[in-house]
Amino acid sequence: MVGLIVKRFLQLLLLLFGISFLVFMSMHIAPGDPATVIGGPTATESDLEAIREELGLNRPVLVQYVDYIRGVVQGDLGYSFQNNQSVTEAIMTRFPQTLNLAVASMIVAILIGVPAGIISAIKQNSWFDFSSTTIALAGISIPNFWLGAMLILIFSVQLQWLPVGGLSAPFWTIEGIKQLILPAITLGTASAAMIARMSRSAMLEVIRADYIRTAKAKGVKAWSVIWVHALRNAMIPVITVIGLNFGFLLGGTIITEQVFAINGVGRLMIDAIAARDFPVVQGTVLLVATLFVVVNLIVDIVYALIDPRISYD
Amino acid sequence: MASSELIGRREVKTEIKKQKKERMLVKTTKRLLKNKLAVFGLIIIAIQVIMAIFAPLFAGYDPVEQDLPNAQLGIGAEGHWLGTDNYGRDVWSRLVFGARISLVVGVTSVSLGLIGGVILGLLSGYFKKLDGPIMRVVDLLFAFPGILLAMLIIAMLGTSLVNVVIAISIWSVPTCARIVRGSVLSVKKQEYILAMRSLGASNKRILFKHILPNCMAPIIVFATMRMATAILSTAALSFLGLGAQPPTPEWGAMIATGQDFMFTSPHLTIIPGIAIMLVVFAFNVVGDGLRDALDPNMELDT
Repeated sequence: MVGLIVKRFLQLLLLLFGISFLVFMSMHIAPGDPATVIGGPTATESDLEAIREELGLNRPVLVQYVDYIRGVVQGDLGYSFQNNQSVTEAIMTRFPQTLNLAVASMIVAILIGVPAGIISAIKQNSWFDFSSTTIALAGISIPNFWLGAMLILIFSVQLQWLPVGGLSAPFWTIEGIKQLILPAITLGTASAAMIARMSRSAMLEVIRADYIRTAKAKGVKAWSVIWVHALRNAMIPVITVIGLNFGFLLGGTIITEQVFAINGVGRLMIDAIAARDFPVVQGTVLLVATLFVVVNLIVDIVYALIDPRISYD
Repeated sequence: MASSELIGRREVKTEIKKQKKERMLVKTTKRLLKNKLAVFGLIIIAIQVIMAIFAPLFAGYDPVEQDLPNAQLGIGAEGHWLGTDNYGRDVWSRLVFGARISLVVGVTSVSLGLIGGVILGLLSGYFKKLDGPIMRVVDLLFAFPGILLAMLIIAMLGTSLVNVVIAISIWSVPTCARIVRGSVLSVKKQEYILAMRSLGASNKRILFKHILPNCMAPIIVFATMRMATAILSTAALSFLGLGAQPPTPEWGAMIATGQDFMFTSPHLTIIPGIAIMLVVFAFNVVGDGLRDALDPNMELDT
């Protein structure tokens, strides 16, 4: 087990190195000179040269990359081209909102997805099964930015039950929870659908297994067969999907934040992409990708822990 | 005489092959048509295709022509049955031309992604030496969750609809490569491939004439499902202002504009969203249906 964790951790480091290199290089070969972005339209050639000199942009690329990585390891992601603010600082002030939203959406997704999938499987081919699988397919197909707009239209504009946007209040207050409800449903719907589909198929597979027939044959109560024997095994792939989805939710916050005017990392990224503010793009993309692979690693390890049949030798 | 007999035999052989293929196609179609949801999806897709091809016939108005005196008309207004937007542009006409954009963007980006993914998947599944390096690159691209990879590419290239196509195609490559690699690995082990090799067939012949055709089922399913993702992502990126720019009648961009007029003209947001949802749903259910229909283990009860 320890060997597995060490091996995975080393692979993770290598992957992180690859990610940072890819992100750095793609920003570097992007058309457009950062110096002109900083200097503005009035800058003369000598001004631009001075800016390049100051930021070290005239040094070889690899030197710049090594320098960047040195900074990243120390928690310094560089400075924004737009307002010279520290990228680390900008991310740090916005990250709590993004994390808040991702966790809340995950909760929504699990609470809806897992029970829906299980009931679908137990009552296979019933009207519940048919409607829940159809709704799940629709849930994957709904553009979440549109779903968000519709929820605002119904619950904020028409009924005036919930606020239109923002995520200013802390999540433990009533106001904070109210602000979180719509964004969490918006972001969590697609994940709920995926989790429901996975739970259903995992449960169906387990129900058909021999040991379930044995359990039934020896007279174990029906609820016990399902909730104790079957569920425990069916949950293994479901946990993987939940873990993977958490990573996707972190990526998905980018769009949801825009719909609900939440000042998170995603909005920071989109503004930076539009303004071609490369250090900020670099920092935010790096953050989301890193979190994603770290979550995947944790899921992998948890998976090995809960399923004794799996060994990664 | 002997040679003509040989030619005759070959003809018979190709004839049998053709019949087999046709039977397979009929079987798959039959199975697909039994799936009600998939039929619904096929109808939606057909409508989109027809609307896209004959857009000027259906539209009635120029999708970008402004008519300020008639701005923000509601649904059912005279001459504009779906109303007009904030510049007085006919919503129905914009919707019709939007169908064209989403279809063209979807088909182009999925095709480009397929070309890249199939080539990489074939190479890495067939040649052991290439497998490691290619799969490491694929793993690296998988480290960017969801739409993030597409966003990184757009950050690099700049915001435009063409760059969205490029971004979505590149984003499709790793998934496709993995799927193709998986089926190549399983097909490669079959005895007839070994037999082909011992007969002296070239790698190219084995790859394209024997392995690729046997990997088609998962590729077709992937391509259909990917159309859904591509259309959804194009709309999302345009909604964020990273794709189609105004006044292009793109569905996602239409929602973004509509959001500013949510209180006065909610139909500007509602209508394009329904269009996106229907089309994406259609490709998803057809993909689902195809996966079941192409599964050789599924019995067709007739």
